[in-house]
Amino acid sequence: MKKVEKENSKKKIAVTVQDLYITYRGLKKTSIRASWSKMKSRVELFPALKGINFELEEGKILGIVGRNGSGKSTMLRAIAGIFSPDKGMIDLHGNSVSLLSIGVGFNKKLTGKENIYLSGMLLGFSEEQIREKEKEIIAFADIGDFIHKPVKTYSSGMYSKLAFAITAILETDVMLIDEVLSVGDAQFKEKSYNKMKELISDEHRTVLIVSHNMDTIASLCNEVLWINDGCFMEHGPVEEVLPKYKEFMKQ
Amino acid sequence: MKKFFYNLRKYYKYAIYSAKAELKSEVADSYLNWLWWVIEPLCFMLIYTFVFGVVFPNNEKYFASFVFIGLTAWDFFNRMINGSVKLIINNRDLVTKVYIPKYILLLSKSFTYVFKMGISFLIAIALMIFQHVPFTWHMLFFIPIFIVLYIVTFGIGLLLMHFGVTLNDLGNLTNIGLKMVFYLSGVFYNISAKLSSRPTLCFLLLRANPIAFCMNELRKVFLEQKLPSFEGLGIWLIIGILLCMIGVHVIHKNENSYAKVI
Repeated sequence: MKKVEKENSKKKIAVTVQDLYITYRGLKKTSIRASWSKMKSRVELFPALKGINFELEEGKILGIVGRNGSGKSTMLRAIAGIFSPDKGMIDLHGNSVSLLSIGVGFNKKLTGKENIYLSGMLLGFSEEQIREKEKEIIAFADIGDFIHKPVKTYSSGMYSKLAFAITAILETDVMLIDEVLSVGDAQFKEKSYNKMKELISDEHRTVLIVSHNMDTIASLCNEVLWINDGCFMEHGPVEEVLPKYKEFMKQ
Repeated sequence: MKKFFYNLRKYYKYAIYSAKAELKSEVADSYLNWLWWVIEPLCFMLIYTFVFGVVFPNNEKYFASFVFIGLTAWDFFNRMINGSVKLIINNRDLVTKVYIPKYILLLSKSFTYVFKMGISFLIAIALMIFQHVPFTWHMLFFIPIFIVLYIVTFGIGLLLMHFGVTLNDLGNLTNIGLKMVFYLSGVFYNISAKLSSRPTLCFLLLRANPIAFCMNELRKVFLEQKLPSFEGLGIWLIIGILLCMIGVHVIHKNENSYAKVI
């Protein structure tokens, strides 16, 4: 009995993306004057994703690869709930999700410590949860006394270190990572890479990584999703998909 | 609507924290910056009292308080309207990187304005003491008047916030609109006294314009020891709630596309 249960829990799906279409509308910004004359004119559409399908089990690490402009970041943002799909659906099965991005909601005139709260609350954590993790974040960011100084006095490296520390320590069930493994100096890079590995190795955490660095993908991920010009190309184990993608990119 | 209240519960702490952070950052550069929250309305009051009390004299009792109460309500409305038009675009970084119900941004902004209105209101009280305005229980009715003012303004702000995303030049239009409303609201004159010969126009100006209405009611309870017009408050409360509901609905429907447009 127990074995069956274990089997079942292993198969738990964390992310389902079905027939996902996302279109950028050309309506862009307009003015009141222009919208008079534009009323009838056709709206230009730019399809960013055209029917993506995939499922990801809990605890898996998915690398998303594809050329620039093929819709990788768009997909991450859709999964994070920043835009809704025009067609199709995204189901996170009740998991909490965060897009690991640098310095969301920072107020540059405030101190680093205050920004930890600001950014953390924006990501949906309560004040108490952040207070618990505050020390850990400060220790990880490792920017010394600057944590009590306004963020505008930070060097760009310190800024990214703090921002990375916030998102890395305040963990969610599903983490979406868009090319952020290269922040800070060599030492911090190593540290953040290790932290990433540690986060990822938690068997309940599901991770989606967008990267152009093949080594990162190969060393961190279990599965690869390849999209090209918004179309689904392949989804499978790293060993299968990555060589094909590399071959394709050489052409 | 259910979603609105759920989000409100979930995010109001962030709204408060972010409002505090914004106020703090305003004074972060120099510790005397908060003085501007006091000096600015005080100076405007002095200008209007001089121009409309001395240059164009009138027989309004407690004229300085009269102007200041008007300014307190007006400043809040003015800031909210100006703030909401460009709100999404000014928060570009945030909107494109994380999901947050967009009216929370307006809510947070409105808290900072309420705070500033509070300061201005305290000055108004001090001024009334200085001018020996009799204090009576009628004054307590300022609370429902402020609530109505807030709800109506929030509703208008929600709609402007939505249209401000796609319409670049909405700001120009609201500037003209605000100027017009400013002069028609009677910040520095008494609509009913000036227009006593034309009762229909007077009625229209006072009732069809929520700001003029709220200002007038505030002055009634503070300076004239009268009760506010409850039916007027009721009507504007309903209109305000309707505006908020429409605004929330429009934003729920469109907020996901904002990130694509800006």
